[in-house]
Amino acid sequence: MNIKATIIDKVGLLRTITRLAHEIIERNKGSQNIVLIGMRTRGEFIGRRIYEKIKEIDGSQPDFGVLDVTLYRDDFRTRLKQPEVSVTDISFDINEKDVVLIDDVLYTGRTVRAALDAIMDLGRPSSVQFCVLVDRGHREMPITADFVGKNIPTSINEEVKVRLTEIDEEDAIYLIDSPNKNSEN
Amino acid sequence: MPLSSKHLLGLQGVPAEDIQLILDTATTFREVLDRPIKKVPTLQGKTIVNLFFENSTRTRISFELAQKRLSADTVNFTTSSSSTKKGETFKDTVRNIEAMKIDMIIVRHESAGVPQYLTQISEANIINAGDGRHEHPTQALLDMYSIKEKTGDLKGLKVCIVGDIAHSRVALSNIYGLISMGAKVSLCGPSTMMPMGIENLGVKIYHNIEKAIHENDVLNVLRIQLERKAGTTIPSVREYHNYFGITSERIERFNRDILILHPGPINRGVELSSEVADGPYQIILDQVTNGVAIRMAVLYLLGTRP
Amino acid sequence: MDILLKSMNLLDPGSKVNEVADLHIKNGVIHKIGDIDSSEFDEENIFEFSGKYCVPGLFDMHVHLREPGREDKETVVTGCNSSAAGGFTGIACMPNTTPAIDSAEVVNLILQKAKDHLVDVYPVGAVSLERKGEALAPIAELVEAGAVAFSDDGVAVKTSAILRNAMEYAGMYNAPIIEHCEDPSLDDGAMNESFVSTQLGLPGIPTVAEDIIVARDILMAEYTGQRIHIAHISSKNSINLVREAKAKGIKVTAEITPHHFTLTDDSVKTYDTNYKMNPPLRSNEDVKAGIEGLKDGTIDCIASDHAPHKVEEKEREFIYAPNGITGLETQLGITLNELVHKGILSIEDVVYKLSVNPRKILNIPVPGIKVGENANLTIIDDKEIWTVDLSKTKSKSKNSPFDKRLLTGKAIAVINNKQMFCDNEFKQI
Repeated sequence: MNIKATIIDKVGLLRTITRLAHEIIERNKGSQNIVLIGMRTRGEFIGRRIYEKIKEIDGSQPDFGVLDVTLYRDDFRTRLKQPEVSVTDISFDINEKDVVLIDDVLYTGRTVRAALDAIMDLGRPSSVQFCVLVDRGHREMPITADFVGKNIPTSINEEVKVRLTEIDEEDAIYLIDSPNKNSEN
Repeated sequence: MPLSSKHLLGLQGVPAEDIQLILDTATTFREVLDRPIKKVPTLQGKTIVNLFFENSTRTRISFELAQKRLSADTVNFTTSSSSTKKGETFKDTVRNIEAMKIDMIIVRHESAGVPQYLTQISEANIINAGDGRHEHPTQALLDMYSIKEKTGDLKGLKVCIVGDIAHSRVALSNIYGLISMGAKVSLCGPSTMMPMGIENLGVKIYHNIEKAIHENDVLNVLRIQLERKAGTTIPSVREYHNYFGITSERIERFNRDILILHPGPINRGVELSSEVADGPYQIILDQVTNGVAIRMAVLYLLGTRP
Repeated sequence: MDILLKSMNLLDPGSKVNEVADLHIKNGVIHKIGDIDSSEFDEENIFEFSGKYCVPGLFDMHVHLREPGREDKETVVTGCNSSAAGGFTGIACMPNTTPAIDSAEVVNLILQKAKDHLVDVYPVGAVSLERKGEALAPIAELVEAGAVAFSDDGVAVKTSAILRNAMEYAGMYNAPIIEHCEDPSLDDGAMNESFVSTQLGLPGIPTVAEDIIVARDILMAEYTGQRIHIAHISSKNSINLVREAKAKGIKVTAEITPHHFTLTDDSVKTYDTNYKMNPPLRSNEDVKAGIEGLKDGTIDCIASDHAPHKVEEKEREFIYAPNGITGLETQLGITLNELVHKGILSIEDVVYKLSVNPRKILNIPVPGIKVGENANLTIIDDKEIWTVDLSKTKSKSKNSPFDKRLLTGKAIAVINNKQMFCDNEFKQI
């Protein structure tokens, strides 16, 4: 991993999560009707942290679920390796709810597109909002995020690497040289 | 890691990692089956032919549902509507279907070896849905999945396959699969229903059903094919039931913790008594549901294999 | 016409000839044997066969010519061409044609078709009308027309009663019964019954299905004092039964096919229908017993059971594919390769198994290498290394598992009926 810059460090990440939690509560005028859905893999852990923060701020406990969008991806035919599927774990009703989808990096927008399809197969929410830690640009879909931790203009040869203590050794977000062109972010 | 082969012809020689991958992937699809909309777009644009030379409504419907829930385009080809009876050779029939640009063939045939033969004349992924008395891998996989769902693990588990082993396609697949996943496999049935040399596969053989019930954790009970020449392998259905049938009395007397599987369709009063078929020990309908998930997993893993 | 075959190893066990010499054949008759001056011969009529064996023309006593009825698979003429290419100057053809060889008309038809050919054809008549095992075929009439033996090949003679009567009736003419040994109540299979058939999920034919009929037939031969010939023997127990019967002086003879002493049921693992035949390929133990039987004389001769089938019939589901393989053009090569070059049989033994013995069983005079005899000869190059190429075989059908097999030894010429087949062409001599 060739690190070009640290975008957010441990302390910064804590601050960003706190801010995003506040923004979500503010936009939705409380947390009564929202459900949080983290997108596997790192969106799940960011989602959990935001969920804990909302609980702390608001004293409420919105439903939290995990979404695996692999089955909805549009790139099966072009990929060189087979994506591993895992289970979607959404054990609550999303009908008439305000769904907040949470992911780590927003890039081409294709993953969110797949997530929207997956959400629609689970029910008819009254709204879907999108919360992302880093927006790095280069959209290929007409998609924008409702809540953004940080906007980082990047070149196509770079990659944004989010590292979280839940699965990595540290909390940090780096800008690195892309190891290959088929970057997943 | 993708599956090591582009076909699923049987479980003989399939590495344990592949079986594990299929079982794990099936968990994902099992969740999809509980959703309000039981459909994902994963195999959009893939064309799958269900090539059934032998009638098997259940297996075909299970595959067809699995395909539809993955959004694949499916076509059914059964002998009743086929041209094999009009004098067209088997090879020409397959070549014709192949020329329609298909991605996968699910094949059921009364002759062993047909799925293997298809791999030589077709570029498609071939999935064996039962060939002769050879193998029926997806049935064994769904059996293993269903057992695992209840017991948590296959390793060290004692599983006995009961019935007409010699004429069964389910038995061999189960033996290969269960052994490679670490289970201890045994067989129970009259000696006329045991094929030559089967003990070479490392399975114990029982001729006493009560002993088999007593000494095993799971019984996978095969259907006795009543349409076979009566009186040749067993004297009568009545005698079979009396000596090899699974009844509540036998279970309650010899093993109240046993788990009963049956690939269906059941002959009530033959291999299972009605109380057992409806009772607390069996997981027959779970097997049917899991069958769709297993087939979705196999279709997904082969259909998206790089 | 005069032709000269130069410096061959003459090998004729009948007339005890075993020497290196030239052979002058004049108008199809052996004119002179010895050191012959080539200057009196036209160049094109001199054949340099130095180091090659010259033996009495080979004979295959188990061939399916398919005519009449299935001329799309083979005809008398294409079958004879295939025989010549394989080194055979005589064959016996089996009666499971349509109609069966159960009338003088069918015998005559076959003999008529074969009459101008290099290869001599000897029809085997059916034991029973339409080979149904219900009523005896007109055995005397068939003998008179030219049938040399009787068989319901494809199936065993159905009942002990028919077998007994056929033996006694054919015995009047010293014609043997050739038996396809398979108990019909145990024949519901597609390969040998074994652990292999269990693994492949294919229904099996047990060896005991063969043994039961071999035992029955031996007992009947003992009881009637008549002759029985066991076709395509394949099981160890059957070979033991024949060995014991011979020791007791019962008039039993037996043949084995090259595939039964070369291949085992392991070959079926690919589900290639060219490994499907009846009797099926057996276990390694049976193969060993076959080789032992050839060595100790229990098995009298080698026969191909040449069974031509169309590609489209063979290229199908294993359980539905027809039984049998072609064999005329690979038989000698496999025999030399597997038996002679592996030190099991000598060339002289092969001459017995593939020329002398089958004729003796069928009461056909064995051609000798003697001055004044009609030249009925096979020239064998036992050292030539060649690859079987089914696309170049003379048989109309191409169903053989030996395609692309590398073999050492083959026939390079045959001579009979004033004709010679050499360098892939027939010519009058």
